[in-house]
Amino acid sequence: MSFLEVNNLRKSFGASLVLENISFSLAKGESLAIIGSSGSGKTTLLRCLNFLEIPDSGTISINGETLFDGDNPSPLTDNEIRKRRLHLGLVFQSFNLFPQYTALKNVTLACELLAREKPDYKENRKAIIAAIEKNARSLMDQVGLSNKLDFYPHQLSGGQQQRVAIARALALNPDILCFDEPTSALDPELTGEVLRVIRSLADQKTTMVIVTHEMQFAREVSDKVLFMDNGTVAEYGSPEEIFANPREERTKQFLERYSG
Amino acid sequence: MSFNVVTQTLLEGFLTTFLIFAVTLVLAIPFGLIISFGSMSRFRPLRWLTKTFVWAIRGTPLMLQIIIVFYGPGLIWGWTAFPRLEAVLIAFVINYAAYFSEIFRSGIESVPRGQYEAGQVLGMTKSQIFFKVILLQVIKRIVPPMSNEIITLVKDTSLARVIAVREIIMQAEDYIRSAAIIWPLFYSGAFYLLFCGILTLLFGYLERRLSYFKV
Repeated sequence: MSFLEVNNLRKSFGASLVLENISFSLAKGESLAIIGSSGSGKTTLLRCLNFLEIPDSGTISINGETLFDGDNPSPLTDNEIRKRRLHLGLVFQSFNLFPQYTALKNVTLACELLAREKPDYKENRKAIIAAIEKNARSLMDQVGLSNKLDFYPHQLSGGQQQRVAIARALALNPDILCFDEPTSALDPELTGEVLRVIRSLADQKTTMVIVTHEMQFAREVSDKVLFMDNGTVAEYGSPEEIFANPREERTKQFLERYSG
Repeated sequence: MSFNVVTQTLLEGFLTTFLIFAVTLVLAIPFGLIISFGSMSRFRPLRWLTKTFVWAIRGTPLMLQIIIVFYGPGLIWGWTAFPRLEAVLIAFVINYAAYFSEIFRSGIESVPRGQYEAGQVLGMTKSQIFFKVILLQVIKRIVPPMSNEIITLVKDTSLARVIAVREIIMQAEDYIRSAAIIWPLFYSGAFYLLFCGILTLLFGYLERRLSYFKV
């Protein structure tokens, strides 16, 4: 049974159609790599999954719960969108760490704010905050930055910042972690450390959706590959199918350009 | 004319100067914030209205605005005029709110979209995003232009004399007529210098306090 189900997703900005007829599914613990040339709609798809854009139509469901239903016209309130977003985490291309907080505080902030909504927050404030910090420390350790807890974002390299961003997204314990070209803003020598972290998450069976231009990485790490072209799913299958035996002519052409 | 007597008189004038400065600062900041929200509104007529307002206020001299606030209501509608000091305060607050609003707008708009989006995907509410993520970044960005504007305000208070509000310059000028001496006028400059010096130190401190992060 599939964990993430996307059906017939469609999104347009004004007159230009950006996503059309996007359908795919993903099992729990699998990672999906989304590849395709710039402007093919990869990032928009990811932003739709995270409710940063609201699709025109289609459905998105996770673990049987419908998060978005384009046929149900009742508009979502801000609070409903906020709740549904928590099923997903997103790591941005440009990190987007909060500059005024230390690395550790970047990881704990959202959890602390969210904990205030718990009914027992007042009585157990100290214990809740301590648990959040403990979790954040172990996540920072997991991304290899336990020695940078008190550093501010501007004191960290791009690769370190992105690893903090990954820890920050993991802290909320999302069902699915999404990555939007996580290494595109990094110097080549820094991409390795970020990809290593993502790879270890895949080894731990974290369900992930990764938009990437790193073909070798996509091939090695993902369980499913989705090739997008012109706002549509051009080809969807296992990495072997897509990379070794692409059926579609446009997939072949794209891969040839990338293998250079 | 003894130095002590002059100092005493000038201090009295400076009290009025300081009053205009302080009231303007305290009221123009919240008022400016409201105007800046208007100028960023998605509702077009409101945006248009605030932009026209800011244009009119920035496009005319403050001295003229003081005169209009003082004489205008009486001449146009036959109202009793505001007391002189109140008229000055109204004109100053409106004028500085318009300038502040543009500083606030540029500060808020210069925070990258990604900061809001990062807050959103982390499940924060709109007000949490504004107060926990955006606000301090805006403050850091606007401290330098605000210090500039606030230091200008100190000296603009001298325009109050145009409707005979007895601030420090007017007090000093009176000595030219009453005692035929001009040095009190020159001496009044020292008061401005001292006050602006203190403000400069204060803003420098604030900038240093916010230098632990970069935006």
